[in-house]
Amino acid sequence: MKLMEFRSSELLAKQGIQVPKGVVISEPGKLEEMNGPVVIKAQVPVGGRGKAGGVKFASSLEEARKNAGTILGMEIKGHKVRSVLVAEKLDIAKELYLSCMVDREAGMPLLIASAEGGMDIESVPEEKIFKTHINPLIGLQGYQLRDMLSALKLPKEQAGQVSDIAKKVYACMLAEDAELVEINPLAITPKGQLVAGDAKVVIDDDSMFRHPEHKGVEEDLTPLEKEAKEKGISFVQLDGDIGVIANGAGLTMATLDALGTMGGKGGTFLDLGGTDDPEKVKQAFTILKKANPKVILMNIFGGITRCDTVAQGVHDVIMKEGVNCKVVARIKGWYEEKAREILKEAGLISAATMEEAAKLATKISKEA
Amino acid sequence: MSIILDRNSKILVQGITGHQGTQHTKAMKEFGTNVVGGVTPGKGGQQVEGVPVFNSVAEAFGKLPSEKRPNTQIIFVPAPFAKDSAYEAMAQGIKTIVIITEHIPVHDAMQLMAYADYNKVTIVGPNTPGVISPGEKCKVGIMPAAVFKPGRIGVISRSGTLTYEVVNAMSEAGFGQSSCIGLGGDPVVGTSFVEAIDMFAKDNETDAIVMVGEIGGTAEETAGEHIVAAGIRKPVFAYIAGSTAPPGKRMGHAGAIVLRGKGTAESKIRSLTAAGVNVANIPSGIPMMLKEAKL
Repeated sequence: MKLMEFRSSELLAKQGIQVPKGVVISEPGKLEEMNGPVVIKAQVPVGGRGKAGGVKFASSLEEARKNAGTILGMEIKGHKVRSVLVAEKLDIAKELYLSCMVDREAGMPLLIASAEGGMDIESVPEEKIFKTHINPLIGLQGYQLRDMLSALKLPKEQAGQVSDIAKKVYACMLAEDAELVEINPLAITPKGQLVAGDAKVVIDDDSMFRHPEHKGVEEDLTPLEKEAKEKGISFVQLDGDIGVIANGAGLTMATLDALGTMGGKGGTFLDLGGTDDPEKVKQAFTILKKANPKVILMNIFGGITRCDTVAQGVHDVIMKEGVNCKVVARIKGWYEEKAREILKEAGLISAATMEEAAKLATKISKEA
Repeated sequence: MSIILDRNSKILVQGITGHQGTQHTKAMKEFGTNVVGGVTPGKGGQQVEGVPVFNSVAEAFGKLPSEKRPNTQIIFVPAPFAKDSAYEAMAQGIKTIVIITEHIPVHDAMQLMAYADYNKVTIVGPNTPGVISPGEKCKVGIMPAAVFKPGRIGVISRSGTLTYEVVNAMSEAGFGQSSCIGLGGDPVVGTSFVEAIDMFAKDNETDAIVMVGEIGGTAEETAGEHIVAAGIRKPVFAYIAGSTAPPGKRMGHAGAIVLRGKGTAESKIRSLTAAGVNVANIPSGIPMMLKEAKL
């Protein structure tokens, strides 16, 4: 779960990292005073807001209110801007980059730092980026910080501060169960102070049981994805016209790929998981129908889950609530013959293999 | 032979009294797995499917006769307590742990893997269907036994149902499995593709290796590099899911800095192909390629 900038900054400040002073407002009129130039930034759970016009500067209260009003009326990548952060405009002499992320291959946090931070960090050559893994059993060690400082070639006055911030970034990662804590830029002011110019914190969704404070945070989801998430259904909306439902994330992906090889395009990724609970099946089909596909492609491999019980659930939903398009089903595994009979009764088109199902669904989607 | 499990594997089930624990203890025993005991705090003294339940791993070690002392543990306990269960097993000297539990926080997983590494403990998972060695009549996991057949192909996979799909197609085409290991679908897991490939490479009852990968992370790319560097001579076949999936959530700039273009299905397929791996574009392509290779 990606937190918005102001929440991310708050978490850094909690560790004692200096962040720009600012307020979050949802109406321009709520901005009451300012001491010097400010930057106004849209608070949305997606990147690229600068390019979308969601970041503006102002040097008077009047101008700040006007710009805040403009940004608050915007929509950025499908997200209505509901709040803006109005923060002191930093005087920046130099921009560094500092982050700590979960390196899944190493199975350890990775501390990343560069003396060339800012907008173009991703095109900074590899040799100018310092990386070190932190063993979670012993934590960040002094030698790693010394290595970082010698790689960054910082003047003495800032070296101590950067070390201190690196430790706090790791502490923040642990305290918040974060997958990522990123400061870019880590600004050095002309007076030699270090301030986190922008912050990005991504919280591990699986840690929510011990972080109730993050519940209900606005996420980068479509309304239908949000509805599915609330119902505990693993669902992603895609830009094709074939509604794909399968059991297991890998199999769902493989089904979408099979469509791709046939020239079809998936409009949904719906992973039913290992359930045959009729209520869950019903909810899944309700979500699918709302995505308005031209055809539904269902691919079930029953290993632990019985095919016939899944089929019965699908049968009942279709008989009772109807479905506004054709449904191609490929069902394989435990009790598959019985499952096929049940699905036939509900008027589903049966396919023997995944490829055949993908081919049929693609054909129907092009005719519809 | 087989990898990770064999006829001498003696299994302790953590979380045996839960719904999943009970159901799969029954299925594992039916397959022939030697389940020697189970653990659920506060439920000691009960029996589940004829298996004695203990309050702790230490109690199981104290009360079970020496020939029934467990050497492998399977964990079904809920995510908040899974790490503790693994540490409890390690404290008694158990060296092989299969973690079925999903949704374990990534920081718990990282700490657990670092400690397991330090203690030379093999972890499979978390969020894995487990490990099965059909010819050894040993299954430590939740996979449907019916789709597996004894044979000479080693299977390594990151997913669940998709593995069953591929294995079932293999079995139907007459290609049985020496062992099948589910690495787990989480970002941080114990046993990796590289380690599993090395185990199968050394196993004299495995003739070829099948990898089932998916987008995200760079484990498949690393495996491709390893196959070349380690000079793996057994033929390797792969299927990678997710070539049409949209790019996943961006992990800030840090993600781009670390991945440098890796992590996509295209990058994985390229790396594996360069290593001489035969990559199928649909799951049923795997048995077709095995046939062509005359295995």
